[in-house]
Amino acid sequence: MSRKSFRQAINEALRQEMRRDPRVVIMGEDVAGGAGSPGEDDAWGGVLGVTKGLVGEFGRQRVLDTPLSESAYVGAAAGAAATGLRPVAELMFVDFIGVCFDQIFNQAAKFRYMFGGHAVTPMVVRTMYGAGFRAASQHSQCLYPIVTHIPGLKVVIPSSAYEAKGLLIQAIRDDDPVIFFENKVQYDQEEEVPDDPYTIPFGEANLTREGDDLTIVAFGRMVQVANEAADRLARDGISCNVVDPRTTSPLDTGTILDCVADTGRLVIVDEASPRCNMATDVSALVAQEAFDALKAPIRMVCPPHVPVPFAPNLEDLYVPNADRVEAAVRAVMRHQGR
Amino acid sequence: MNQIVAITMPKFGLSMTEGKIASWARPEGTKIAVGDEIADIETTKITNAYESPVAGVLRRHVAHEQEDLPVGALIAVVADPAVPDAEIDAFVERFRAEFATRAPEAEAAAPEPRTVEVHGRPMRYLELGAEHEERPIVLIHGFGGDLNNWLFVQPGLAERNRVIALDLPGHGGSGRQVGAGDLGTLSAAVAGLLDSIDVPKAHLVGHSLGAAVALRTALDRPAHVASVTLVCPAGLGTEIDEAFTQDFITASRRKQLEPVLAKLFVDAGLVSRDMMEDLLRFKRLDGAREALTAIQNANFAGGQREVLRGRLGELGDIPVQVIWGAEDRIIPPQQAEGLPAGVAVHVLPGAGHMPHMEKAADVSRLIQAFVARAM
Repeated sequence: MSRKSFRQAINEALRQEMRRDPRVVIMGEDVAGGAGSPGEDDAWGGVLGVTKGLVGEFGRQRVLDTPLSESAYVGAAAGAAATGLRPVAELMFVDFIGVCFDQIFNQAAKFRYMFGGHAVTPMVVRTMYGAGFRAASQHSQCLYPIVTHIPGLKVVIPSSAYEAKGLLIQAIRDDDPVIFFENKVQYDQEEEVPDDPYTIPFGEANLTREGDDLTIVAFGRMVQVANEAADRLARDGISCNVVDPRTTSPLDTGTILDCVADTGRLVIVDEASPRCNMATDVSALVAQEAFDALKAPIRMVCPPHVPVPFAPNLEDLYVPNADRVEAAVRAVMRHQGR
Repeated sequence: MNQIVAITMPKFGLSMTEGKIASWARPEGTKIAVGDEIADIETTKITNAYESPVAGVLRRHVAHEQEDLPVGALIAVVADPAVPDAEIDAFVERFRAEFATRAPEAEAAAPEPRTVEVHGRPMRYLELGAEHEERPIVLIHGFGGDLNNWLFVQPGLAERNRVIALDLPGHGGSGRQVGAGDLGTLSAAVAGLLDSIDVPKAHLVGHSLGAAVALRTALDRPAHVASVTLVCPAGLGTEIDEAFTQDFITASRRKQLEPVLAKLFVDAGLVSRDMMEDLLRFKRLDGAREALTAIQNANFAGGQREVLRGRLGELGDIPVQVIWGAEDRIIPPQQAEGLPAGVAVHVLPGAGHMPHMEKAADVSRLIQAFVARAM
């Protein structure tokens, strides 16, 4: 056991699964770097160095630098998965997913169904999401609601380094296509992560805080934001549950509904654009299934419906923070019932 | 006697860095003796009754209830009634000023567990009190536990003895290969560990499954065992709550684990979030479930499989004591009845299956006294 960064946790998960199972291969743009050129070998290890060092242990047969064509290598990963490998494709920024919708939505997600249950597609697409990295509107989106919308995909959004390792190993061992979201702002965050391999099951939410007054459901990096707000509020005597669903597909609706039944109040924190995102999805769930438990209207803390701004001051205003979560919680707590 | 004595936030176990007074058990101005419970101290792991290390008058509660304080911070002052309040005020101020500057050093010195290869498999152990010449005490946890189960007992015992708490195969930081997983395999691993860390003869203290392992170790190699303390032991009868061990294996979420762990204690409030989180994190490791299942099947399927009660006579002059929680719901304390006359039996009221956590001071005292006599 030692402290590891989010980046190291992902690297270790990949390394341990590649050691355990020779069918696991990784592929993507510069996942090693330097293939077919006189330049430095393993120069990149992925654009932010997450896969650094893997080519040295596993070689170019299992760590594949691909052409700059998401359509090509994500499609190749889907085909490889359907024919016996367990590929992990790195889709550098999730903003680039548009050019491989067909490969993911119509092919990988559908194989099990179209082949009458006779095909499995054990493919993982690792991808970066999120604002706050000064990377402008084409490299900062969340987009997990779009893949959550597609039946046949599993969607994972780890909230910390510990979560990332266990959920990625689970994703690699899963027989369905998994889209695995990594927040680039979190790569250097450290915490205790076991050295040995471990798995965290999909569809089991984690309660990172427990309280009686209000439930906060938050996704990915926003779990930390929610925790910070909950800790501040606790000092003022407002105690919150913080629910980290871990996966948006499958979604642990049971835990969300149980928590709302216990607290009667709900705030949802989602960094994705506010229309048709996870916050609206969870709101609809709770409004339909737990309306009578609610003591106050549901509040959503989301960014505004605009592209992620490049101006740093505007980008900082764009991303939900603990102040906004705290204000939303206080507003819900103040609500006077009928 | 105009001496002023500081009482500071104790350190329960390796990971504790801060704690808080859940409630004071004695008001200011009370005369207290060594061993009197003066407060309940709460950590993120567990709440524990804290006993006064000194005698005198509890003059001042320096810590407020529910106030988070680092280990070593001043929580109370004991002094003779003759000492004026002003002197106590000055003492508190001086202590706080000095503590503020020296706090970081204390943290660096925390002992770390070590791992050795035994029969090709890693075994983890934590050694405290290595400077003592006396024969070591070896602490062996129960099913699903690890060396941290002894956090309230090991540091105190280490004031006079070398004390080694170990992780059984399949548990904690030891390898998760358990072989047959029966008492013979587990005690062979314990013996292998003691041989490899140069412990020729030891006082064995085991809890539950670990007690059966201790007993089996003593039967298999009596020349290496100085005494045996059995805490809520397996191995003395067939009855055990097998639903507990099975539910412990299958529970994968806090909500499922909480009622299972609650069975271990009289006070279910002792089951903390951190305790559950640590266990869940262990159970998620590759091989953990398989290891626990193998051990459960080898030892507890359909009741306890290996009953050593009839073999106690073979231990000859190795002293044996039994400590049991009167309200143990996992293994009935009635199994302590009818043991050979030489076996000392202590049934502790107010404790369930984890008296070394729930009544840690009583258990420490019993071990300390027993070991001292058996030297």
